[in-house]
Amino acid sequence: MTEKRKRLVINISLILSVYVILFVLIKLKVINRYYEGIMIACLINVILATSLNLATGFLGQLALGHAGFMAVGAYTAAIVTKTVGMPGTLQLLISLVIGGIAAGAMGVVIGIPALRLRGDYLAIITLGFGEIIRVMLFNLDITGGARGLRGIPKLAGFNVVFWVCVLVVAILYAVTHSKQGRAIMSIREDEIAAEAVGIPTVNYKLLGFVLAAFFAGVGGGLYAHYMTVLDPKTFNFMRSVEILVIVVLGGMGSLTGSIIAAIGLTILPEALRSFSEYRLLLYSALLIVMMIFKPGGILGQREFSVQGLLKRLKKPVVEGGEE
Amino acid sequence: MSLLSCKDIGISFGGLKAVDGFSIDINQKELVGLIGPNGAGKTTIFNMMTGVYLPTEGDIQLDGKTIVGKKPYDIVRMGAARTFQNIRLFRDLTVIDNVKIALHHEIDYGLFAGILRGKKYDRAEEKAQVEAMELLKIFEMEEYAEQKAKNLPYGKQRKLEIARALATNPKVLLLDEPAAGMNPQETQELMDTIHFIRDHFQIAVLLIEHDMNLVMGICERLIVIDYGKIIAKGTPDEIRSNEQVIGAYLGS
Repeated sequence: MTEKRKRLVINISLILSVYVILFVLIKLKVINRYYEGIMIACLINVILATSLNLATGFLGQLALGHAGFMAVGAYTAAIVTKTVGMPGTLQLLISLVIGGIAAGAMGVVIGIPALRLRGDYLAIITLGFGEIIRVMLFNLDITGGARGLRGIPKLAGFNVVFWVCVLVVAILYAVTHSKQGRAIMSIREDEIAAEAVGIPTVNYKLLGFVLAAFFAGVGGGLYAHYMTVLDPKTFNFMRSVEILVIVVLGGMGSLTGSIIAAIGLTILPEALRSFSEYRLLLYSALLIVMMIFKPGGILGQREFSVQGLLKRLKKPVVEGGEE
Repeated sequence: MSLLSCKDIGISFGGLKAVDGFSIDINQKELVGLIGPNGAGKTTIFNMMTGVYLPTEGDIQLDGKTIVGKKPYDIVRMGAARTFQNIRLFRDLTVIDNVKIALHHEIDYGLFAGILRGKKYDRAEEKAQVEAMELLKIFEMEEYAEQKAKNLPYGKQRKLEIARALATNPKVLLLDEPAAGMNPQETQELMDTIHFIRDHFQIAVLLIEHDMNLVMGICERLIVIDYGKIIAKGTPDEIRSNEQVIGAYLGS
């Protein structure tokens, strides 16, 4: 009990201090608009990657259409904000939830047929879904067609994005450490055994997948209200792959791994800008090297924790018998 | 009334009749062995009893209710738990989580309570922890609780699978070749464990086995099948001298 409270206090103070530092740096203009933009892109990628990790890392179902869910959330949230027009953060939160629900509903629609089957059907179906969404966005009037959706009020800044991101990760962490989370992980480990100990596998596969879709929708909603312009081209297959790469690199089944990888892989292409055309080459080479030397991802299935880190740092001293 | 009863069940895969006219009645607290040569259809019968396969003929009743057409996870909740011939543990999860997953339906809180982490969550999780540890203690595995299941030695993995099945609180336990791959000493230990389970948990056990010594040693009743059909039934002594059985095993 006290252990649990101690962890909670450590985590909250850590998050708060990160927030305060970043907030002050922004206010002091040490972090300029360009860096702030990268930071927000990082945070949105954290939401997308951690949510996809629930479906792919914890549940073990390969999903290739995360950008599609993100797009559904982004467009729905943007359209809600544009039509309702209540100013302020409350409007944003309502839009985000509605965007998330729309994406989650899409998750139910494609999840029910795909997840009743065992195997990799979901990968193919989500792949198709992502493309269908993209093509629809190009051709519908309500989404602005190929010109994109313009004039979305800029309701999301660093503050909102940061706290929504924290909330999403906290919820995902809680889910993965509950009985529902254990049921989800048991399906990844062995679906037949999970059924044989009484886990209703279809329900839990659907739960994991729909939660992932929901939070992808929330992430999309934030993206819409930060960018103020939505271009259907950004939600293509490569975007889905990008998110998947983050999940694999961070470690399937590690939320903190996804966070680290999301930040790293969002900053990396920007940091490599000075190499101009060699940028993608370096990016790919880095991924290959990473996968050769650490095939399980940065953290594997472990979670990063301050206490765990301290324990690790202390250990060699004790073993070596120094001091 | 018998606990688990199969009446004339059969299943065909295409033109092949894998099991034909198989009947069995298992009473409470009984230890029954199901034996037969390779490919006789033993595991297929298990798969029908646990809802993995749908029998094409006949009826299976558990505690007076038919289980034909029910999903495996529903049948578990009705009281029939099983282990697998090739161990199927949740390999990358800890030993205690393996057991807790089987306690799923006893842990009483919803998704939102799990996210909000209130009192209910704490209480339920603590209770699950205690229950899971108790089960591990019975199998003398409490020291391995936080280890990953895949890192256990083979014999312990078998035991963990049985512990996990017992966590679902079954009325009848179906063990599919529990002694496969074990050395004589481990087999002896396993026989003691199975006896102990029956007495301690007061449940019926149905056992598939190749190892004749094991089944002869502990089963009260044996059923021998070959080519999907029952060729003999009776006490171990009767089976030992049954010519048809000797023929099936040694070739006649």
